[in-house]
Amino acid sequence: MRSAAIPYALAGVFALCVPLLGIYPVFMMQLLCFAMFACAYNLLLGFSGMLSFGHAAFFGSAAYATAWLATARGWGTVSAIVAGVAVSALVGLMVGMVAIRRRGIYFAMITLAMAQLIYFVCLEAPFTGGENGLQAVPRGTLFGVLSLKSDVVMYYLVLAVFLAQFIVIQRVVHSPFGQVLKAIRENESRAVSLGYEVNRYRLLAFVLSATFAGLAGSLKALVLGFVTLSDVQQANSGEVILMTLLGGTGTFFGPVIGAAVVVTLQQYLSDIVGGWVTVIIGAVFIACVMTFRRGIIGELAALLRPRR
Amino acid sequence: MTEVFGVPVAVILGQLMLGLVNGSFYAILSLGLAVIFGLMGIVNFAHGAFYALGAFAALLGLQWFGINYWAALLLAPLAVGVLGIVVERLFLRHLYKLDPLYGLLMTFGLALVIEGSLHQLFGASGHSYSVPARLTGAFNLGFMILPIYRAWVIAVSVVVCLSTWFIIERTRLGATLRAATENAPLLQAFGVNVPLLVAVTYGGGVALAGLAGVLSAPVVLVGPLMGNSLVIVVFAVVVIGGMGSILGAIVSGLALGVVEGFTKVIYPEASNIVVFVIMAVVLIARPAGLFGRE
Repeated sequence: MRSAAIPYALAGVFALCVPLLGIYPVFMMQLLCFAMFACAYNLLLGFSGMLSFGHAAFFGSAAYATAWLATARGWGTVSAIVAGVAVSALVGLMVGMVAIRRRGIYFAMITLAMAQLIYFVCLEAPFTGGENGLQAVPRGTLFGVLSLKSDVVMYYLVLAVFLAQFIVIQRVVHSPFGQVLKAIRENESRAVSLGYEVNRYRLLAFVLSATFAGLAGSLKALVLGFVTLSDVQQANSGEVILMTLLGGTGTFFGPVIGAAVVVTLQQYLSDIVGGWVTVIIGAVFIACVMTFRRGIIGELAALLRPRR
Repeated sequence: MTEVFGVPVAVILGQLMLGLVNGSFYAILSLGLAVIFGLMGIVNFAHGAFYALGAFAALLGLQWFGINYWAALLLAPLAVGVLGIVVERLFLRHLYKLDPLYGLLMTFGLALVIEGSLHQLFGASGHSYSVPARLTGAFNLGFMILPIYRAWVIAVSVVVCLSTWFIIERTRLGATLRAATENAPLLQAFGVNVPLLVAVTYGGGVALAGLAGVLSAPVVLVGPLMGNSLVIVVFAVVVIGGMGSILGAIVSGLALGVVEGFTKVIYPEASNIVVFVIMAVVLIARPAGLFGRE
């Protein structure tokens, strides 16, 4: 545990210095939002053993809700984010109640189908702007004092939210609740025989994960100032799986690394290879499943662990 | 006189018929998924991509080599099936011992690669493929007009579905396949080449998707993402029918196509989501699906 403190400290120093290093803050904010999304996803896949194929629905519905409230209704930044997160929690509850009835691949297919339902609702609902999405979402001011127009100020806000979420997720995983989730993942029938109401735990884990995914979506809407259908699309659900898997499912830092790799790939590779970036993402997916299923962090940890 | 809910009967029948055509595609596609899942335990996310490949094979076969529709009906599924066997040998066979979720993830990546490549090579826009001369025109049934090609699609789908069901449930080959799912090592000990059997099964399942692609080429625009959202609907169909149930896949495929067509008449906005809503309702009432045993 102690040796893990050094990379955390280095990452922290790097994150604080980003605006000084001349890295484009919007890019870093986007990266952090997807890192939050992947961490939320990892809470479900890594620590509860449920593979959802529909997390874009939560990310996207929160993003739409926040964007709509901030633009059409003139809500403040904080209240728009809170409302967006509440929407994603509600959507998570609805999808979760249907999905937790099944396990494994069935669960994956059901979440996928339910997310497609949400996608069509977003496509056809009157307030989402259809194919155009919602544009020019104002960032507003924090608590009515601090203007978030500046990218640097916004960056530190996103960083703070990211850190808070990261710590809360760690706390959740190490809590008795998290231990029960782990027990259910490892041996469900045993958890049942010990008297745990397994489905209640699974539903709560699902809703929590959806809520955190929504927080990432709401922030992303404010950072980039627009929400489009691609936020709520199946491809987005696939990408968050890739980020988590690539970085290392069930590790705390893995999803962050995974998100960093995928977002960087998309940003810089698309300049070089254009549309082939989808093919490359697909190939990375295949390579990841075929050769390093523990992900970057997971494989590194296995290498560094002293052989017993 | 001939109106129901204020909609002319001919319009309703027309939509129901269109629904039946869509249902035919759902049935062939969910049948292939059910075969692959039932015998290999793999959820083939790339099914929609193989469907698009079937359609592209027909299109390019015509443009580059002058292969007509009838030959494409045979050759395109064959080509897609061979590609499927290659994929199974190269990738999927390494994943059988792992959690089935890895099969789902691998085929998801494969779908991205196939659809992305088609998009880059042939563009995002759809290409049209003309209806073969012998199947143009329409029957006049008196109460409605039935285009011959659409009737042909329904007929082919029914024949293909029933013969696949027959092969798996009633022949010696089918019995061997089912034995492989029950106890592969024992079957291997009896001298059956199980790995080959599994590879051919996957090839056969995706060949069905390829066939659906050729059949659909004249009625939809052939584009790289033509199977992208279709595969999700088909997943829902398979969940409704009960995973692994061949008959369930066929019946619910056709039925949901019709339900979708009917929804287009009474409440068009819901036609895209009606299948997913039905899936949620079925799961709440019967978690194993309509035809599933558990």
